[in-house]
Amino acid sequence: MSAILAVPILQVRGLRVEFAHPLGAVHAVDDVSFTLEANERLGLAGESGSGKSTMALAILRMIKPPGRIVGGRVTLDGVELSALDHEGMRRLRLAGIAMVPQGSMNSLNPVMRIKAQLADAFRDHGVQLSSADLDARIAELLSTVGLRAEVANLYPHELSGGMKQRACIAIAICLRPKVIIADEPTSALDVVVQRQVMETLARVQRALGCAIILVGHDMGLMAQFVDRLGVMYAGRLVEVAPIGEIITRPRHPYTQALISSLPSLEARGTMQGIPGLAPLLRDLPPGCAFHPRCARAEARCRAEKPAVRDLGPGQQAACHFA
Amino acid sequence: MTGPLLEARHVTKRYGAMTALSDLSMTIDAERPAITAVVGESGSGKTTLARIILGLTPPSAGTVFYRGQDMARLSGTQKRAFRRDVQAVFQDPYEVYNPFYRVDHVLTTPVKKFGLASSRAEARTMIEGALRAVGLRPEEILGRFPHQLSGGQRQRIMVARAVLMKPKLIVADEPVSMVDASLRATILGSLRKLTDEMGISIIYITHDLATAYQVSDNILVMYRACIAEAGEVERVVKHPQHPYTQLLISSIPKVSIARDWLDDEGEQKLAAIPSPDGCRFLERCPVAMARCAASLPPLYRTEAHRAAACYQYADSPELPAGTLNEVLVTGQEHVGA
Ligand SMILES: Nc1ncnc2c1ncn2[C@@H]1O[C@H](COP(=O)(O)OP(=O)(O)OP(=O)(O)O)[C@@H](O)[C@H]1O
Ligand SMILES: Nc1ncnc2c1ncn2[C@@H]1O[C@H](COP(=O)(O)OP(=O)(O)OP(=O)(O)O)[C@@H](O)[C@H]1O
Ligand code: SF4
Ligand code: SF4
Ligand SMILES: [Mg+2]
Ligand SMILES: [Mg+2]
Repeated sequence: MSAILAVPILQVRGLRVEFAHPLGAVHAVDDVSFTLEANERLGLAGESGSGKSTMALAILRMIKPPGRIVGGRVTLDGVELSALDHEGMRRLRLAGIAMVPQGSMNSLNPVMRIKAQLADAFRDHGVQLSSADLDARIAELLSTVGLRAEVANLYPHELSGGMKQRACIAIAICLRPKVIIADEPTSALDVVVQRQVMETLARVQRALGCAIILVGHDMGLMAQFVDRLGVMYAGRLVEVAPIGEIITRPRHPYTQALISSLPSLEARGTMQGIPGLAPLLRDLPPGCAFHPRCARAEARCRAEKPAVRDLGPGQQAACHFA
Repeated sequence: MTGPLLEARHVTKRYGAMTALSDLSMTIDAERPAITAVVGESGSGKTTLARIILGLTPPSAGTVFYRGQDMARLSGTQKRAFRRDVQAVFQDPYEVYNPFYRVDHVLTTPVKKFGLASSRAEARTMIEGALRAVGLRPEEILGRFPHQLSGGQRQRIMVARAVLMKPKLIVADEPVSMVDASLRATILGSLRKLTDEMGISIIYITHDLATAYQVSDNILVMYRACIAEAGEVERVVKHPQHPYTQLLISSIPKVSIARDWLDDEGEQKLAAIPSPDGCRFLERCPVAMARCAASLPPLYRTEAHRAAACYQYADSPELPAGTLNEVLVTGQEHVGA
């Protein structure tokens, strides 16, 4: 059989987000570019505060003031999103790109039954359904995420954490999106339930034929789930590579430090963080933002900002020496 | 007041027909500082246990004692001492912050309230030190509103607050669930230091078994409102005895190129309704026996520093209620171990 041509479903080019601050703008997302292929699972990891959630929101153009998208292009299935008007963008959310936001399982409305929250999602996007059709769609959605139909009549507090997270996924996929962005969907769940929720997400992906961006900190989860991993540091995507490469041969020194700081289950007392603090985003160190903490930094790193370079198929890094 | 710092005796919490925590007894002795991780199923009662110990939720049955005094009957002075001795770091930091106050507020308030500093300058120095201990830059964080920080930044401010107070006990419910591995190591390292250098006990509630293993002395594994297994962390993690602990440990996703974690064709296994009388793990247990359906297994002391609530170990002596503490080790013992 001939090789299957990779089709990009989502393209992000030169995306920049700033937050206004009296002492100078915070560059939360700094010139980020990547491509997501149809059916691909892309992971997004990186230091806390490095801009992962902001980037996810920026893709959906949901940045609120004092934040502002100051540059870049996002293209979904050939359509450039900045060309869409407010109404077009509203329709795109859920139907084109759906987001399961960070902490969403705790943001379900506590006084509304799951059914009403799903119905709201349909209504918000102008989907008119008869009450019988709505019930059928909701039952179908719940079964797609592995929940019994009766769950529709329950309130969030009557659900376990895993069930709530599945309900959030159900809301996100109700309009059959092409891309699902899930921001730390399982960090509040035990590993047994985590596995079930990720199996649910995998099954949803197969049923919908969509791509997934998984934002998270759990490298084990990334290793087991995603095809490629992007690593962010101080607002930049410093490395993107197939997951196997990242685990076995990380190229960027930050990625290397991140991988070697992973806590082991083999020997106690081996846990060590990367020394130093994350840089101040409104006053980044000159040159490579990682240089004050980088074991391999040289004079050039302090003077010259490393460009993102192609290292191999689907693999890039922003380091002078990677 | 005399007695251990905190003691929970036969504590049960019910919400309507649902039991969130079932007949749990444990002691926290300020003289024997240690880090005890509490892990287990989502919804198994870990946060409920934390809230009861913190006096935030009254138990439906049983009593919590603070230095020998019933928590429900503390005097004003005793309450104040309790709030100084016992600090909380919560799972969902959004709830703790007042959106209208700058985050500085959550740090300056306790300093003022408990007179921790003699001058504004000293207070500032203390606060900055605590922020750096959790990997935050004071100049980046102070002056901001809660919504202007990332999830992990908000979480770390709560840890900094607990560090600032230098209490006897910190109850930390998922303190690092939103930060990366490297920072988890840094923050947990600073908590470990509190235990080793200042004798502060820590209850570390988490789903991250690898960091629990790395940082704790003891571990409690909870399943459906009960303790399934408890003991010295090395033994429990390396050789889990309870079938639930075995399932939990074997479900950790591994950082490896071998992908064996997801069962892509797998059926969605939904948690079944617990049997009313028998072992709570019965319907999922691969080694269940006839007697497991009849009654709830008690904790058996299977080793000097381990107990498991499972009939497979019925030959071991039962652990008398209220003696769980004897099974656990202290930080010092652990260092020597
Ligand atoms: N409204 C805001 N005003 C100013 N700065 C902001 C605002 N929102 C976010 N930031 C800053 O932007 C940076 C990126 O935040 P973001 O939430 O995207 O990080 P993240 O990578 O998702 O982190 P985490 O892993 O902790 O969730 C952070 O340093 C944060 O402090
Ligand atoms: N205020 C409440 N009202 C009703 N039920 C509650 C309340 N608080 C907790 N519960 C229920 O009690 C049980 C135990 O909850 P708890 O929050 O203690 O679990 P947990 O072990 O902390 O779970 P997680 O790992 O998801 O944080 C759950 O079934 C929960 O739904
Ligand atoms: S460019 Fe220099 S400082 Fe930056 S990561 Fe590479 S070696 Fe380190
Ligand atoms: S008591 Fe029985 S059912 Fe429960 S864990 Fe042990 S063997 Fe399994
Ligand atoms: Mg985030
Ligand atoms: Mg909890």
